[in-house]
Amino acid sequence: MRQGKAASLQGCKAARPVRPAILLLIATGLLVLTGPRSQARGLADSQAPVAPPHRIISLIPSVTEMLFAIGAGDAVIGVSSFDHYPHEVESRVKVGGLIDPDFERILSLRPDLVVVYGTQSGLIDRLARAHVPMYHYEHAGLADITQTLRQIGVHVGRADAANRLAADIERRLSDIRTKSSSRPKPKTMIVFGREPGSLRGMLASGGIGFLHDMLDTAGGTDVFADMRRQSLQVTSELALARAPEVKFAPGRPGPPRKLHGNATPGGCWPPCPPSAPGAST
Amino acid sequence: VIIICFFSMIVAVAGAPFVGTTSISLAKVFSGAATPDNLDRQIFFIARLPRAVAAALVGGCLAAAGVVFQGLLRNALATPYTLGVSAGAALGAMVAITFGAAMPVAGVASASLAGAALAVGVVYALASARRSGFSTTVLLLAGVTLNAFFSALILFVQYLSNFSEVYRAMRWLMGDLDVAGYGPILAALPFIGVAFAAFAWLARPLNLLSMGVEAAESRGVDVTRAQRAAFFSASLATGAAVSIGGPIGFIGIIVPHLVRLLVGADHRVVLPASTFLGAAFLVLCDIGARTVIAPMELPVGIITALVGGPFFLWLLVRKR
Repeated sequence: MRQGKAASLQGCKAARPVRPAILLLIATGLLVLTGPRSQARGLADSQAPVAPPHRIISLIPSVTEMLFAIGAGDAVIGVSSFDHYPHEVESRVKVGGLIDPDFERILSLRPDLVVVYGTQSGLIDRLARAHVPMYHYEHAGLADITQTLRQIGVHVGRADAANRLAADIERRLSDIRTKSSSRPKPKTMIVFGREPGSLRGMLASGGIGFLHDMLDTAGGTDVFADMRRQSLQVTSELALARAPEVKFAPGRPGPPRKLHGNATPGGCWPPCPPSAPGAST
Repeated sequence: VIIICFFSMIVAVAGAPFVGTTSISLAKVFSGAATPDNLDRQIFFIARLPRAVAAALVGGCLAAAGVVFQGLLRNALATPYTLGVSAGAALGAMVAITFGAAMPVAGVASASLAGAALAVGVVYALASARRSGFSTTVLLLAGVTLNAFFSALILFVQYLSNFSEVYRAMRWLMGDLDVAGYGPILAALPFIGVAFAAFAWLARPLNLLSMGVEAAESRGVDVTRAQRAAFFSASLATGAAVSIGGPIGFIGIIVPHLVRLLVGADHRVVLPASTFLGAAFLVLCDIGARTVIAPMELPVGIITALVGGPFFLWLLVRKR
């Protein structure tokens, strides 16, 4: 758990690179002061459950998935409004989302553990005042997933299952890295928002975070690896200048698509929509 | 003055594509093949040139529309956005960004133009509904109210959006001239052409209107007709400009005032001079936006406000 706190603070450090020294100091201070209970501040504030919790509310879809994956799904009584996986969650009470959690509904369910995201500071404060046990965390990259998985396992009394699953995920990631290391690394850009069919209004993945880590693991060279932020607004000039060999752009509608080739003179990456100028080139 | 302003615009537009965050080889730009592999040429002709042209068009439109609205409403604080055109355009753009995938014709530019047209239609209907003729007071009040009403609708649409859409919408509201091609410019050109044809005719009636409605009427101006023409042409120019670059602020109020300070109030000079100076000013602001925090970029609306706000205040104080 000590390791966990350090990892989550490293995550913060990566997200705001301006004050690494201060963050390191705070991290060290917190570790010394709080020791092993530091990760779950809510648990420390209120009474830590002796028995594993059996009325869990998860406000983050990925944690819900983790809970079900380690066999704690039966104890989950409430989930966020954005939870749709696994299908069992459809029968659970929906308690709002990241920015609009329904505090009254959460309290009315009488949970013995609420899992929230670290940025939900308002909810964290209110839960702490109501002495509701909680676990909160923040993710900054791929490596944090298995850390969180292990910590969740400890909190719900399923450490062994969580450890097994985490080790399995780490082994598979390592296999992918080994396989991709011997292959060419194409320059890749991940776009997750743009004006359809054009190079306008592009929002792309930057040099830190999940998407960057996944791209790195899969054997791509992130064209924005030097941009130390999770996402960035990309101008058409920057997108052209970085000359990505592979582009991923959101399908409209549908899953992300892989686009090949350079931009057409009309200013669009093939396949261009029929209405775009230069679509035939 | 008109000639000086015109040449400053030409110099700005011609020079802007040579400034940028990446160094490009001019030999490759002009003599290289027009293939997708010629990056330098792509950057020049896809990223930079359309952008400079867009900035000039938007700056010219907003400055000229500012002059006309100030003349029409006889209010020095009127801007192209006072009468709800920008709020309507913004609503259209938000709807396109949020529900774009579900709409038959997806396009932020055309949607914002449609939104602007809707706002103009509603304001005009209100201004001419109450009695015969055309009330500029009702026009002003209806415009301001519609602005607030559309803002509420914009918030509602944003509430329904996901994170990426909200971000794109916010970014659109800050003004973005990175048009990445000539499509949006070509789409807006016919509207801009019609608007400027009307502006050319409006210069004299606006001069007479500035002396008061009765005085203008006694000199043979068909006041209602002139007011209608001013309202529709300025709205058209504003809507077209916003459809290209989003609601970029301050151009429509600073540039006309600066020009009036230099040459007086004659609309026959103020209108063309403001158009050219507005174009040059926005092109320069956009160069700033592209280069200040390169390779990232500042929204151009922030630059115009940062430069324009203090400048306008200085003008206000100095004038007294």
